[in-house]
Amino acid sequence: MFYIYCPYCGEHREEEEFHAKGQAHLARPEDPDACSDEEWGNFLYFRSNPRGLYHELWVHAIGCRKFFNIARDTQTYEILETYRIGESPNLSQSTEQLQS
Amino acid sequence: MQKYSGFGLLKHALTYHENWQRVWRNPKPKRKYDVIIVGGGGHGLATAYYLAKEHGITNVAVVEKGYLGGGNTARNTTIVRSNYLWDEAALLYEHAMKLWEGLSQDLNYNLMFSQRGVLNLGHTLQDMRDIQRRVNANRLNGIDSVALDTQGVQEIVPIMDCNANRRYPVLGASWQPRAGVARHDAVAWGFARAADAMGVDLIQQCEVTDIITEDGTAVGVDTKQHGVLRGDRIGCVVAGNSGVLAKMAGFELPVESHPLQALVSEPIRPILDTVVMSNHVHGYISQSDKGDLVIGAGIDGYNGYGQRGSYPTIEHTLQAIVEMFPIFSRVRMNRQWGGIVDTCPDACPIISDTPVENLFFNCGWGTGGFKATPGSGHVFASTLAKGKAHELAKPFSMFRFHNGALIDEHGAAGVAH
Ligand SMILES: Cc1cc2nc3c(=O)[nH]c(=O)nc-3n(C[C@H](O)[C@H](O)[C@H](O)COP(=O)(O)OP(=O)(O)OC[C@H]3O[C@@H](n4cnc5c(N)ncnc54)[C@H](O)[C@@H]3O)c2cc1C
Ligand SMILES: [Zn+2]
Repeated sequence: MFYIYCPYCGEHREEEEFHAKGQAHLARPEDPDACSDEEWGNFLYFRSNPRGLYHELWVHAIGCRKFFNIARDTQTYEILETYRIGESPNLSQSTEQLQS
Repeated sequence: MQKYSGFGLLKHALTYHENWQRVWRNPKPKRKYDVIIVGGGGHGLATAYYLAKEHGITNVAVVEKGYLGGGNTARNTTIVRSNYLWDEAALLYEHAMKLWEGLSQDLNYNLMFSQRGVLNLGHTLQDMRDIQRRVNANRLNGIDSVALDTQGVQEIVPIMDCNANRRYPVLGASWQPRAGVARHDAVAWGFARAADAMGVDLIQQCEVTDIITEDGTAVGVDTKQHGVLRGDRIGCVVAGNSGVLAKMAGFELPVESHPLQALVSEPIRPILDTVVMSNHVHGYISQSDKGDLVIGAGIDGYNGYGQRGSYPTIEHTLQAIVEMFPIFSRVRMNRQWGGIVDTCPDACPIISDTPVENLFFNCGWGTGGFKATPGSGHVFASTLAKGKAHELAKPFSMFRFHNGALIDEHGAAGVAH
């Protein structure tokens, strides 16, 4: 059971109020029409899916309804930090994940 | 290999069952194999078995980081069915179903395969339309499938609450009589024993830490316990850990690893002689031969490798079960656990070559791969033996996520399973 700090509400709330929305920091290609099938498929479907540090998009679905990011360990489930959209995580040694 | 039989049981009783042969060897790994299979779950072991049996390739190692069948194979709720919507998936799962039907004899191992039928319930008009469509599609593919109304469901499961006044009334179901359940561990052990007898090396407690490539071609694996093992072809069948293995080889997969939970009750007298699944209220249930109710639900929404999930998911699952079966509301739950399932965006598996030469992946079975175990092993063995996809495996290439030929089975895969 996660107890999640929403960076907008400024409070910890129970997991039930939130939904996970997949890998964070996925940049939509600037010009989709210029993408090859491979590039577009990679953007839509291929994911880093790491065991360990992971940056993940969540939404405070039955709270403020805002999207934000969580840095979490997918093995221990420990939440390392939460931060607003547009902000950078402090734990950014996983730059390879941030790019992909 | 010692043959198992009723007579054998009697014979061994005379010596107090102290002289049974070991079920498989515990070999020291060789340095070089024709095929290395990473992952000793049901699918990996079935692959090894069919490589030896159908293709005569016996210089094979199955490398397993824990013990055989200790992953999702040991954790699943064992529902076996083949009533999938799309031709590609239906043919693959029906291929498996046909193999299940003779498998206990084939392996000389009692898999307790029990064709007690599976109901997939509908609770809304749209559910019923989807069921009708899927049933029709199944029949066109030669798969036994029937659409039932409320009364038809009630006749099969008298203890289910089919009252029209319920919040989620049971409007009907699809019914596959040939579907059912099998004993999960026995499936892994049966394949393992038969593969071992043909010379396959089953190497347990051996974790693959790297996939060794030379000029874009896989040539072996590095392991924590036994160092480098070389192989002409490598097949990865590691379910929830597929993303980790792919990263070792330098690419990503369109899969995400999620916790999926199940639970069993205390054993009770026989009360449910079929399998009931509901996508809409999100739960499914059967009763094991031991008497426990075997219950499962959907995945937890977040990625995770911890082999445990969240309590709210368990709570929702039991709400669904009690909604359908108020009679179970006071049954006590005994154990609860989680496995890590590798879900694909189209709810179909990946049986495929990869960007790395001689490296193949069989993964993405997500919440519903147990039913496919023999079929998956059968087509993957052919893929590994020939170096190109088996006819039934062709549509399941990982590159369908580049060319757009997805096989959307969310309707039939539903909650799961
Ligand atoms: C709770 C639950 C309920 C389910 N219910 C059903 C159901 O009712 N019906 C159904 O059809 N399916 C069901 N499934 C799905 C089904 O269990 C899986 O699809 C299927 O068992 C996958 O088999 P497998 O052999 O590919 O994977 P696994 O049995 O998980 O085997 C993979 C093996 O790879 C090993 N491995 C991983 N990494 C490494 C490494 N680096 N080196 C060496 N070995 C490694 C693991 O230890 C593991 O033993 C369920 C799953 C769960 C978790
Ligand atoms: Zn909030």
